[in-house]
Amino acid sequence: MKKVSISFTLNGDTVSAEVPPTWTLLKTLREAFELTGAKEGCGVGECGACTVIVDGQTVNACIYPVPEIDGRHVTTIEGLADKEGNLDPLQTAFLENNGVQCGFCTSGMIMSARSLLDDNSSPNEDEIRTAISGNICRCTGYVQIVESIDIAAKKA
Amino acid sequence: MIDYEYLKPASLDEVFDLMKKHGSKAELVAGGTDVMVFIKQGNHSPEVLISLRGLTDLCYIQKNSAYHIGALATHRMLEQSQLVKEELTALQQGSSQVGSIQVRNMGTLGGNICNAAPSADTAAPLLVLDAVAVLQSPEGQRRVPIEEFFIGPSETVKKNDEVLVEIEIPSEMGRFKTAYCKHARRQAMTLPIIGVSVGILLEKDVIADARIALTVAAPTPIRVRQAEDFLKGKPFEEGVLKEAGEIASSPECCMPRDSLRCEGWYREEMVRILIPRVAMAAVEE
Ligand SMILES: Cc1cc2nc3c(=O)[nH]c(=O)nc-3n(C[C@H](O)[C@H](O)[C@H](O)COP(=O)(O)OP(=O)(O)OC[C@H]3O[C@@H](n4cnc5c(N)ncnc54)[C@H](O)[C@@H]3O)c2cc1C
Ligand code: FES
Ligand code: FES
Repeated sequence: MKKVSISFTLNGDTVSAEVPPTWTLLKTLREAFELTGAKEGCGVGECGACTVIVDGQTVNACIYPVPEIDGRHVTTIEGLADKEGNLDPLQTAFLENNGVQCGFCTSGMIMSARSLLDDNSSPNEDEIRTAISGNICRCTGYVQIVESIDIAAKKA
Repeated sequence: MIDYEYLKPASLDEVFDLMKKHGSKAELVAGGTDVMVFIKQGNHSPEVLISLRGLTDLCYIQKNSAYHIGALATHRMLEQSQLVKEELTALQQGSSQVGSIQVRNMGTLGGNICNAAPSADTAAPLLVLDAVAVLQSPEGQRRVPIEEFFIGPSETVKKNDEVLVEIEIPSEMGRFKTAYCKHARRQAMTLPIIGVSVGILLEKDVIADARIALTVAAPTPIRVRQAEDFLKGKPFEEGVLKEAGEIASSPECCMPRDSLRCEGWYREEMVRILIPRVAMAAVEE
């Protein structure tokens, strides 16, 4: 298969790669860039485990055709901590408030929450629940996740 | 095995050239939220994907002598547009209930219509709003009322050499009060069991004009003219609205089928109950 060249900004750095045109953004992040934070749950847009932020908007990386990423800005869970390794307030809140159990949904959940807080720094519970309605968690029952996001919003 | 070439034309002319060159081997892709899933699930296997995402000039929401929405406008744009929320309320409500935020950031209005799922959440609102699909081919443009656009599940009148470029809504529809109800098992990430949209034009307390549209009630989204005609000239009251619900749910107007998601009789019952509720919601907005 003829490969395509892509060049984009990944967590602040300009990167490029040669990948098959049939690859999704998720496969590219995990296999070409070895960023395994974004997970493949369903592979068809239903579960949100693969959520990343492209040009300021969350997308399901598992159904995002990678040739479209050329020239764009991508943020993944690996890009949230600062250069010194200080975690994003959302990451800290999830760790301290049992927002994480098995962890499979967590990176996608935090990316959806990050996008929410970028637009709305003091969301109410309804807004938080709507923001994560495309992210399925099979462990927590969502209560600790909603609390973690609320706490992160209030601390920031 | 999944194997395709991915082409990124920058203009409509280039799109037409590529469509001509690759013919039935090619498929158009906008947001990809339907197409990519079909490919991954093995239901589609195009040899070429022609991306429309480079047509950034088809990504707009405008109002002048009519409302104009570019085919590439995303559901998220429609959800967040104050203009659409205030003047084309049912459409805002339809788009804002498609999938999740992630899906709405990618998925487009044009894709929702061209994919023509019987459950498409923008279909009933567009019927209520008298929308017109603007189709373009190398030969020129043609305009198809949305009611004639759908001909069956996943089937539309769009020809293979045509691209949907715009959805146009007449400016007078902005005077109607409209609403959409997606009746489903969950609040999000689910398809409607039945979709009901109603538009009411009130003059004093009299219904001067009305629109009622249903999805998942027939193989295509439908208008229910008998119930609309019944409403015209009547006072806007609960009893009248209930009667419209009875008419719309009668076998002459809708024949919903049994499916995995629910049985036909329940859909029929919900049409009867939801029409008055959605009409009330529209006017109370
Ligand atoms: C997890 C998930 C949940 C979903 N939930 C819902 C839901 O709740 N309600 C709902 O209605 N839909 C839902 N969908 C379906 C989908 O998101 C919508 O139908 C969306 O609007 C499709 O738009 P798109 O731009 O992604 O289309 P694409 O997948 O890019 O295209 C769809 C079809 O339309 C054609 N096409 C697209 N644009 C044009 C154009 N301008 N001219 C000609 N042909 C064109 C393509 O060739 C293709 O056949 C869901 C999808 C997913 C993955
Ligand atoms: S893996 Fe992408 S949504 Fe489930
Ligand atoms: S923590 Fe296990 S799926 Fe959410």
